[in-house]
Amino acid sequence: MRRVSRAPRRLTRTEARGARAASGFLLPFLALFLLCFIAPIGYALYESLLKVERTGPLGLGGETKQVWAGLSNYAHALEDDRFTAGFGRVLLFGAVQIPLMIAFATALALLLDAASARWVGFFRTAFFLPYGVPGVIASILWGFLYVPGISPLVEMADSMGRHVDFLGRGAVLWSIANIVTWQFTGYNMLVLIAQLKAVPGELYEAARIDGANAWQVARHIKLPLIRPALVLTTVFSLIGTLQLFAEPKVLKPLSNSIDSGYTPNLAAYNEAFTSNNQHIAAAEAVLLALVACVLSFGFLRLVGRRGKDGDNG
Amino acid sequence: MNEANDLAGAVASEPADEAASGKGRPEAVPPDDRPGAGRRAARRREGTQPPLRHRIITVSLLTVAAIYFLTPVYWLVVSSTKSSSDLFGTFGFWFHDPHPLDYLHRVLTYDDGIYVRWFANSLMYAGVGALAATLLAAAAGYALAKFRFPGREGIFNVILAGVLIPGTALALPLYLLFSEIGLANTYWAVLIPSIVSPFGVYLCRIYAAAAVPDSLLEAARIDGAGEARIFSTLGLRLMTPALVTVFLFQFVHIWNNFFLPLVMLSDSDLYPIQLGLTSWQGYADRQPELYQYTVGGAFLSVLPLMVLMGVLQRYWRTGLTEGSVKA
Repeated sequence: MRRVSRAPRRLTRTEARGARAASGFLLPFLALFLLCFIAPIGYALYESLLKVERTGPLGLGGETKQVWAGLSNYAHALEDDRFTAGFGRVLLFGAVQIPLMIAFATALALLLDAASARWVGFFRTAFFLPYGVPGVIASILWGFLYVPGISPLVEMADSMGRHVDFLGRGAVLWSIANIVTWQFTGYNMLVLIAQLKAVPGELYEAARIDGANAWQVARHIKLPLIRPALVLTTVFSLIGTLQLFAEPKVLKPLSNSIDSGYTPNLAAYNEAFTSNNQHIAAAEAVLLALVACVLSFGFLRLVGRRGKDGDNG
Repeated sequence: MNEANDLAGAVASEPADEAASGKGRPEAVPPDDRPGAGRRAARRREGTQPPLRHRIITVSLLTVAAIYFLTPVYWLVVSSTKSSSDLFGTFGFWFHDPHPLDYLHRVLTYDDGIYVRWFANSLMYAGVGALAATLLAAAAGYALAKFRFPGREGIFNVILAGVLIPGTALALPLYLLFSEIGLANTYWAVLIPSIVSPFGVYLCRIYAAAAVPDSLLEAARIDGAGEARIFSTLGLRLMTPALVTVFLFQFVHIWNNFFLPLVMLSDSDLYPIQLGLTSWQGYADRQPELYQYTVGGAFLSVLPLMVLMGVLQRYWRTGLTEGSVKA
């Protein structure tokens, strides 16, 4: 549609036919998209603005009804130290784990790109394999490798006279970070490799004629060229980090240091299913989605601007 | 944190492919008359291959990384052959009195074979869900790419925004919604949200725009074929590489999804495998043999996905990148 005219204009015959056919193809998806994406967002917003009030003397009567709560559920969530601490925790987690994982993935991608072809297939498969292990299974697996009594890692450390506690107060967050890194580094590496393959060969040739060594080629040619892939893997890791749930949920029975509000998602889940307070849970889900959007768009704008300032890399 | 990461790759590889237009690195292309082959031979002649020292360092670093990634898998293989008491009593990185078939048999038959049921549930959720998601996404992507109608870009942008919304933020309100209409704690509760893949629509639109020529559609219309028939015979066939990619990603995404079934299901007969295994792990304090079943069950559940990873990895190079080279 090149122009949308104000005055009602009759659609041409092809357009009418197109619109009819297109709606037939689109409607099944759109209906379910409405049900599973738009409706829950609307419903969460609506629920987050209500609260349950008990009628009768002293609020102890049997009757309950939903009343307008304004923003009090949001205030409650934000004043809850455990919930805000959980937010701080995933932000700290993201600030440390995401750069480490992306750097690790980049290093592996560059090494594989430079290595001799015979071994590349084996290594790439080995690195990518953990992506096939679901988060829950990965957490169960690493849980066994963390817990004293079963873990051969703890046993080996003990026999060398060093005591390690993977599940202690200070360590458990980074033990979770290790699980996430283990699972997703190979995946991110594959994304970066896909983009590296797209670098035209002449570019390397030219650099080599100019006397650049392997390190300089990697630093000044390959890295700038895979920048779009780096930005996107970072954004999606960020969204993933904010949703952190399966890992702390599975490790919780093994560690005293993980409480019911360890991550925002865990807090919302427990609010809904343990405390039976779906209105506060809805407010927490909305806050989570909001922070995820603000951070991912913020990051995209930040790198977008820096990209323009620099030499359009 | 699975779904978000599923998306990253394919989205990211898209800009890359614009630059790809035919010039692969030597490893990426068949050794025929592509420009890389000659270049490589020339490099060898001039003796400018990376020095031996560099290659040794590279392979050692890669080996260290491989040990990190494979150690837990190795532990899982070893431990699936042990009894619960051996799990605690013997060194984890070495075999002790292995009875693999015996223990795996017990995993499969425990509690009237509930594990087999969970496995079948997972297969059903992921298989049926991914198939339906692929068809829906194909139809929607095809419509967005091949027809002009008012509001087309608006609809596409709303669907794209859906890619960025954290799935777990949706699951909780979706549960409340589904309980109101009586769908919670049914197969549908997990299946319905699984067949909506905004990312699949995105990929199918990009692909259909490039791979399905308008002239072909016009010719079919002049021959008198209906739109539905044109889509099912021409459109779907031409879009096959993209459809395989969407199917595989959605399959892995549904298989790995934990939060949605956890929120939706309370009846253990409906559980997918992940949920079942966490429930075993939760009871293991009281019933120590469940430790062994959890490990054995985890081992069995990881096998098919590992195979799929091998396939998926190959598709990453051929399907996704080559496919959109045409774009």
